[in-house]
Amino acid sequence: MPAIAIRDAAFSWGSGFSIEIDAFEMCTGERVLLLGPSGGGKSTFLNLVAGIVPPSRGHIGILGTDIATLRGARADAYRADSFGIIFQQFNLLPWLSARDNTLIPLRFSKQRRKRAMPARDTAERLLAALGIDPALFRQPAGQLSVGQQQRVAAARALIGTPGIILADEPTSALDRANATTFLDLLFAEIEGAGSALLMVSHDEALAGAFDRVVRLEDILRVDRRAAA
Amino acid sequence: MSLLRLAVLSLWNRRLTALLTMLGIALSVTLFLSVEKLRTGARESFANTISGTDLIIGARSGDVQLLLYSVFRIGNATNNITWESYRDIAAQREVDWIVPISLGDSHRGYRVVGTTPGFFEHYRYRRDTGLSFAEGQPFDDLFDTVIGADVAASLGYRPDTQIVLSHGSGEGTGAAHDDKPFRVTGILEKTGTPVDRAVYVSLEAIEAIHIDWQGGGRIQGLSIPAERVRNMTLTPKTVTAALVGLKSRMATFRFQRFVNDYEEEPLTAILPGVALTNLWSLVGVAERALGAVSLMVVVTAILGLVTTLLATLEERRREMAILRANGASPGTIAVLLMAESGLITFMGALFGLGFLYALLFAIQPLLDSRFGLYLEIDPPSIRDWTILGAIVLAGIFAGLIPAWRAYRCSLADGMSIRS
Repeated sequence: MPAIAIRDAAFSWGSGFSIEIDAFEMCTGERVLLLGPSGGGKSTFLNLVAGIVPPSRGHIGILGTDIATLRGARADAYRADSFGIIFQQFNLLPWLSARDNTLIPLRFSKQRRKRAMPARDTAERLLAALGIDPALFRQPAGQLSVGQQQRVAAARALIGTPGIILADEPTSALDRANATTFLDLLFAEIEGAGSALLMVSHDEALAGAFDRVVRLEDILRVDRRAAA
Repeated sequence: MSLLRLAVLSLWNRRLTALLTMLGIALSVTLFLSVEKLRTGARESFANTISGTDLIIGARSGDVQLLLYSVFRIGNATNNITWESYRDIAAQREVDWIVPISLGDSHRGYRVVGTTPGFFEHYRYRRDTGLSFAEGQPFDDLFDTVIGADVAASLGYRPDTQIVLSHGSGEGTGAAHDDKPFRVTGILEKTGTPVDRAVYVSLEAIEAIHIDWQGGGRIQGLSIPAERVRNMTLTPKTVTAALVGLKSRMATFRFQRFVNDYEEEPLTAILPGVALTNLWSLVGVAERALGAVSLMVVVTAILGLVTTLLATLEERRREMAILRANGASPGTIAVLLMAESGLITFMGALFGLGFLYALLFAIQPLLDSRFGLYLEIDPPSIRDWTILGAIVLAGIFAGLIPAWRAYRCSLADGMSIRS
């Protein structure tokens, strides 16, 4: 069963911006780097994959379920179960502690909550594994450094071992040393969990660490016609 | 991590705005509840102006008019009851007690009430509270007088002060009965009723000071000194009204009909409670207006809450996107905002209630002593709880507006923030 299988999907924003995807697939446990410039339909692609926006047509298979057929709250619940998501930066609710930020997905996914029991211990174990000092667990996330925040975000994405980790340029806000540490820790944890990783980046230097590199322009057609 | 905890922590993050908004609601709730309290307090104080009296009897007139001049000492009687009729009614077997009231004179703006010592015994107010003397005792001698608490306080009278009554009811309008001064023998305890604002003398005293008068002035050339009056027959010819207590409450309506159909002269008997209710419905308009105004204040406070939540929404789009990415549905985001506005209103209602009781404890003695307005400090009534519940519900529903906005935003934004 593929982790992601997209066939012949299309989506268009009301603004006249639309994308089309003929086919995209990745296997469970596979680590794929998606290379593409920003503004190349990348965030729309991620929104489609994560089921936040429904495609106007086509098939988006996520871990065996066609989420194009899911609507509203069911799509949200499915996303909570299947995905751990890491953004470029500002991943965390700054007033919540590092540990509470890590626990957020468990609020929305029963499956992951079950897998992560006991939740607090799991969160703390993940945070520690990602190199967060236990003294910081109860600190408001807003007080952590950018590097620490990204690692807390990674812990949050990993908690309850979702099938797919989506990472949207997670290292672009970090310096080279921090980026390397971050990726090493992330990869080690993903390895253990057996999740698939789809990382979007414009940094070709990262390619070596991935099973496969896909260029966004090879799978995606963008049409920027202005709305009539 | 419950939604409520998330809402609380998010609010805590914006605690200054949240606190001020909550205070606004708390103060409006306090205002609203205290106006409610004052309304019911005033109504009860009013309804308790006179109790224990089964019927008030006067010459034929309207209910409210009779109540106004006999109890509130406002306005004048158009006619009096003859002494014969008074005696006849007093002699009926249903009658337990009867207290006459004779009006027409005043002392420095305060009405003079000619009555019998029975007045001090039978007059009841505020749930069967009797009159009591702060100082001295009831009048005994012909030229003794008892004064109400307000009269004593504002004119600085003490027992044994000599006072002079004037003819007529206004201040300084009538000629003085200066040939027959009175001595204060007693001062009544404060009641918060019109009893405080009157001067009480015996029926005979009223007769005595008018013995050498006719119409509105002294009979020319006739002057009967106080000492000689004592030896004369001082049976009154008329009284203005009478308070009646019956042996059995059951007889009230029958006796009322008897008085209303009295053959010797046209009389009116009223049930004080009914007449008070009628009168209150006349003055109650102001009370309702006050209630409406304080309701507006609550509405304004809730609008302020909506404004605050809407204003902070823009800077919270990142927060929404994060929650969305982690599996929150737009509906959950909307519920979160409703929870926030509900929380703020709930805390506002609680604090408002707290402020109300703090205020009540602080000013209750003052209100009682200065204005005769007695407010009972009791636990919130079902009505209070209903009002508070309605306010919290209104707050939650007001949260629908920012919630809907957030719902739209999070649908449009998805996981990413376009800024």
